[in-house]
Amino acid sequence: MSQDLVMRAGEAADLVLRGASVLDPVAGIDGTHDVVIRSGKIAELTAPGAASDDGTESVDADGLHAFPAFFDPHVHLRVPGHEHKEDIETGTRAAAAGGYCGVLAMANTEPPVSTPADVEALRGAASESASVPVGFLATVTRDMAGEELTEMVELRQAGAVGFSDDGLPIANARVMRRTLQYQRLCGGTIALHEEDPELSGDGVVHEGPVSAALGLAGIPAVSESTMIARDAALAAYEGGRIHVQHLSAAESVEAVRAAKAAGAQISCEASPHHLCLTDEEVRSLDPARFKMNPPLRSEADRQALIEGLRDGTIECIATDHAPHAAEEKEVPFEQAAMGVTGLETAFAALHTDLVLPGVLDLGLIVERLSGGAEPFDLERPSLAPGSAANVVLCDLGAEWTVGEEGYESRSHNSWCAGRTLTGRVLMTVAAGQVAYRLRSFSLGVAS
Amino acid sequence: MRHLLSIEDLSREEIEAILERAKSFAEVGRRDIKKVPTLRGRTIVSLFYESSTRTSSSFELAAKRLSADLVSIKAAGSAVDKGESLKDTVATLSAYDPAAIVIRHPYAGAAQLVAGWSEAVVVNAGDGKHEHPSQALLDVFTLLQRLDSLEGKRIWIVGDVLHSRVARSNLIAFQAMGAEVTLCGPPTLIPRGIEQLGCEVSHSLDRLGEADVVYALRMQNERMSENFVPSLREYAASFQIDTRRLGPRQLLMHPGPVNRGVELSGEVIDSPQSLISEQVASGLVVRMAILYELLAARGERPAPSTGDVTGAPTPIGQPA
Repeated sequence: MSQDLVMRAGEAADLVLRGASVLDPVAGIDGTHDVVIRSGKIAELTAPGAASDDGTESVDADGLHAFPAFFDPHVHLRVPGHEHKEDIETGTRAAAAGGYCGVLAMANTEPPVSTPADVEALRGAASESASVPVGFLATVTRDMAGEELTEMVELRQAGAVGFSDDGLPIANARVMRRTLQYQRLCGGTIALHEEDPELSGDGVVHEGPVSAALGLAGIPAVSESTMIARDAALAAYEGGRIHVQHLSAAESVEAVRAAKAAGAQISCEASPHHLCLTDEEVRSLDPARFKMNPPLRSEADRQALIEGLRDGTIECIATDHAPHAAEEKEVPFEQAAMGVTGLETAFAALHTDLVLPGVLDLGLIVERLSGGAEPFDLERPSLAPGSAANVVLCDLGAEWTVGEEGYESRSHNSWCAGRTLTGRVLMTVAAGQVAYRLRSFSLGVAS
Repeated sequence: MRHLLSIEDLSREEIEAILERAKSFAEVGRRDIKKVPTLRGRTIVSLFYESSTRTSSSFELAAKRLSADLVSIKAAGSAVDKGESLKDTVATLSAYDPAAIVIRHPYAGAAQLVAGWSEAVVVNAGDGKHEHPSQALLDVFTLLQRLDSLEGKRIWIVGDVLHSRVARSNLIAFQAMGAEVTLCGPPTLIPRGIEQLGCEVSHSLDRLGEADVVYALRMQNERMSENFVPSLREYAASFQIDTRRLGPRQLLMHPGPVNRGVELSGEVIDSPQSLISEQVASGLVVRMAILYELLAARGERPAPSTGDVTGAPTPIGQPA
């Protein structure tokens, strides 16, 4: 059985990034180098100007930064069924434009990805149209109904990277327990959207002063944290392995921290919008940018997420890229679809809002942006010589206004729409292939 | 003031200007011919996505008394029933080039959206559980008929604050006029964090005697099945305003419709302290004032010549 990620076949990259500031904290690389990529692999990192000039493409990267490309374990490519929002081609183009060399696609499509044939069809489609490698998750429960398990062994054999009912919690504790027991047969991380539907009710925003002022039904922080505590306890009891998706609340960070201290196999992610924004934004009543689930929460919650990222409780940043068509967002807040796009802006937003003000180090952001592979037993992108070439080249000084030149994504519900960000992805190499170049970034062969 | 979307958008001076204008319309209302030609030739759309008696009727009558052409749309039986989006409905109505759209909608922010989609002046006649600014203005107007000022007055808003747009708008308006507001109700019906709006919160009527004004909210029957209160009987036992709890110098208000015997006892509704029927009367003149201030006083388009205010003898209630 192979759960490798899938992408469109293409030409292996042969190029040299000359004089780049190279930063890969996990590999212990931090200096100015020529990055030599040969046949799609990192051949060597030389002293600046030392790489041989053998006529292959040479990129003047003086003043630019090269990082391991990012890995997003949580995106919605909307195939099958919601191609008006996104598809594999547009979604992976957005990923490449954001500096990603791999994404995991969620299974809450229409119909949900619940059968081996579904997974095989998606892998076939990705091999035709994905510009970065894609892995597909299958649903935990049949049709995401939360009642019967899917055929998890056969789904893994068909290539499912892991399992998730993302979009919905697994409300029933008995079903959750059976999942964790059955996981021993098939492997594959269980990624969990943690939310108690009874506590969330018809909530649309974080419960607090903002929801009180706006008269919107609130989703309390404990709706998330109590389910994390339940599932961490079940995972520990069954020896199962879970990955908590899109942490949003301080109580949730604490629940994960406690579970890790107790020895549970638990990993988690946080999303750029939860790290950069609070529910104060919701006062605008703009659902296109500020309605998502879990909701934007308080400043104390945001600070707790930042601290969790810093101390390693949260090992990765995931965008929860959730495209929606304009008509699904051009409605009153309570009626609008939940979710925002994030692939194209994740790095730039985190750089602008957290790195430049000195809240978090650049190295930490880079490390967490590529930290989404390991929780799913996938190889972390690395710039160490010998690795597959997964490189993102960024101009940390470039300012750009989000949406001004359109989007690679089919949908425009970016939480950064209209904002001017500092830091821009110029080029992405994913699995040894050049996946993206910014149009205005001209590349020249060294003379 | 381009639109009336939220009470929060209004300064105290703007509130007072509307109330002054309402006073002059109250004077017109005492004449035999109650109609003025101010908005002659201009179209007002009344777009109600929720059932409403007093708000829709008073806005519509206000528009007619100002001699506007009125298009009245109720969600039931309209294209909305056929699944048309709010945006498309507004685009359709914009073809009539309305001067104003008065909208009531079950969801927060609907009026604000319409303001973004239309050239018309937009009046929020209630959006979800968010705001009901014209109610707040008419309530302040009503109180100022009895009190010289709200400065330093203590106003208790009692009942289901959680589900009440009236509570939110009135809290802001009363505070803007200098009053101190206490919200009172069972913890299940007081939204978490509301005290950050600068009000006090109480879960008991023990200190109700402090209040100069008691503003009771409607308690809906279905709140029981949702476990917000165990029973209407127990709710009434703890939170009903009755003759035992209402002091002789306290004024009583309610936005209507009243659940007689639940949030208010029958005696207090009919007592001389009750301003409930005055609130309804204020609704008409305050809504005339709102339309006037938005469309005539500072309108972007020149107002048609006003002429003789008694010069339009159309009978009230007939299409103008």
